[in-house]
Amino acid sequence: MGDIAVSVASVSKTFRLYHDRNQTLKATLMRGRRARYETFQALDDVSLEVPAGTTFGLIGENGSGKSTLLKCMAKILRPDGGSIVVNGKISALLELGAGFHPELSGKENIYLNGAILGLGSKDIDRKYDQIVEFAGLERFIDTPVKNYSSGMYVRLGFSVAINVDPDVLLVDEVLAVGDEEFQRRCNEKFAELRAQNKTIVVVSHALGLMRTICDELAWFEHGKVRQVGPAGEVIDTYLAEVQPDRQVEADSDGHGARWGSGEIRIESIDLLDHQGQPTTRPHTGEAVTIRIRYHAEEAIERPIFGIAIHNIEGVLVSGPNAREGGLVPEKIMGDGVVDLTLPQLMLLPGTYDLSASIYDYSLVHPYDFRQHAVRFDVVVGTPHETTGGVLALGGEWSARADDGSMRQLPG
Amino acid sequence: MNTMADLSQSRDLLVNLTLRELRGKYKRSVLGWTWSLLNPLATMIIFSLVFGKLMKIKPAVGDPSGLVNYPAFLLCGLLAWNFLSNAMNGSMVALLGNAGLIKKVYFPREILVFATILALDWGFLIEMGLLVVFLLLLGNMVLPWLLGVVVAMVLLTVFSTGVGLVLSMLNVYFRDLQYLVGIGLQLWFYATPIIYPVSLVNNSGAPQWFKDVYALNPMLGFVGIFRALLYDLRFPSWGQVAYVTAWSAAMVVLGMAVFRKFEPRLAEEL
Repeated sequence: MGDIAVSVASVSKTFRLYHDRNQTLKATLMRGRRARYETFQALDDVSLEVPAGTTFGLIGENGSGKSTLLKCMAKILRPDGGSIVVNGKISALLELGAGFHPELSGKENIYLNGAILGLGSKDIDRKYDQIVEFAGLERFIDTPVKNYSSGMYVRLGFSVAINVDPDVLLVDEVLAVGDEEFQRRCNEKFAELRAQNKTIVVVSHALGLMRTICDELAWFEHGKVRQVGPAGEVIDTYLAEVQPDRQVEADSDGHGARWGSGEIRIESIDLLDHQGQPTTRPHTGEAVTIRIRYHAEEAIERPIFGIAIHNIEGVLVSGPNAREGGLVPEKIMGDGVVDLTLPQLMLLPGTYDLSASIYDYSLVHPYDFRQHAVRFDVVVGTPHETTGGVLALGGEWSARADDGSMRQLPG
Repeated sequence: MNTMADLSQSRDLLVNLTLRELRGKYKRSVLGWTWSLLNPLATMIIFSLVFGKLMKIKPAVGDPSGLVNYPAFLLCGLLAWNFLSNAMNGSMVALLGNAGLIKKVYFPREILVFATILALDWGFLIEMGLLVVFLLLLGNMVLPWLLGVVVAMVLLTVFSTGVGLVLSMLNVYFRDLQYLVGIGLQLWFYATPIIYPVSLVNNSGAPQWFKDVYALNPMLGFVGIFRALLYDLRFPSWGQVAYVTAWSAAMVVLGMAVFRKFEPRLAEEL
């Protein structure tokens, strides 16, 4: 398929940033003009083409313009200049269950939401059973949606949206919703759409996921396209480039939340590579050390150090503490470091957040907890595993026919 | 893009959004639909007591029907007025109240205004039905004039839609418009012969220029038409019909123009 599904030609978009949020007639008349504003160039002469039948990702830091472009494609925002041509029916998954009315039943909302997303009543009649079944809400379909759990709400929203059966589907960070079972079914549905040669344009910060599902990526920076190309290539250059930013982020306080009573404080958290050098880009399989530097104002008895690693979707990957690890200092005071050495960092390539904490022995009272204090990007290493999940198991594949005709492959 | 498919899709959306308005409105109240009738009924009783009994405003004598009944006289104008006033207030929140939707999904935005007004039409129709029953009980044989009433309702709907389109969009850009419109509606209410007959002004000693300006009010025409059909049982003057038709057409054109002008930045201004 050499066709173009979405063609973006020299698209620009500026936003107005108002100085005073209240836009009132009174103020306008008194000043003789509307509220003062500055402009912000969200998209600056962006051109790209999304080939039909591919999954195309948009990545970039916050405010780089990727979501703005997605909204322009969805016709929610209108560009100031340039043009966007979409070939085929388009559907946007920007928010699940947008337009649900809480007082209406699930069934009534299916028709309402379907109509909002561009499905006719006849289409919905046809797909109704399918929608209800996919959401798994057969028993609750006549209940007002205000009584739904947030999971049920989202499931129904997703189910309607996905059944719009678009040629081009726009997705913005909505994949990480619902329970695991539903996540699995969503992913299956996306796989199914890809197999049907539907075009999917997706915006996400989850680089691991993007590497897995996208054929091509466009990297946005300050409203311009930095690079377009195969997913793996773009992510690798992107990670190499954003490293300095990470360092700044890690150094500055307040990246994540911080709490605790403060008798002993975490001064710094560092990720060290196998040579003992600070890094924010460790390789899969590399030996790394997580170093917590502390400062205790008073003598602290039996403090328990701990760390936690979350992936970018917020899923806890691991959260070891030193009590289980057999390190319980009787009493510490002043300055020092505690190291956690990982002989092999068995994380798949992607972005992770590192938290560190110091608790009392009972693990009930936090002295200092620094959540998501350091963000780091794992890049491809050995074992060379890049797809599916968060962990590299580092296993070895082998095959043997029953008659013994195959040998284990060398290397 | 297939325009016919687009059109039928928009129609489905309009129907669904209207149903949402209607279902959502009274879903939680015990009295349900009767609430929508209680409101004009209460207004009617209060106005009849205050203006009819206490202040003794004389209703016009139905010509040629001969009907003299203040509540009936009042309702013939009041129902039309309530529709316009509800349409204006409803339109002002049609876009603001659906900000979440507008920012997340694309669909023709004006449908939100249309749905608001269409939902009000349903209530208007029921109220009008009850008024017809009331008038029949009073001995006013209104049935031959019902087609005209429906046409007048359609015209008023078109007029209100035009006004609603303007207000819905302006209220996004000027959030204090609601208060201004609240005051304006009060003024407009008394400037329209609803609680009093139009003869009260025309036969008064007011200067001619005041009477001329007074007569420009398009609602004067609408109320006049409804009264002629329902209260007087006669065909309204062609001049009046032409006047309100022109206003309705002009308002819709203006409404769409204003709406189109401000629509491009709508999602980001909300």
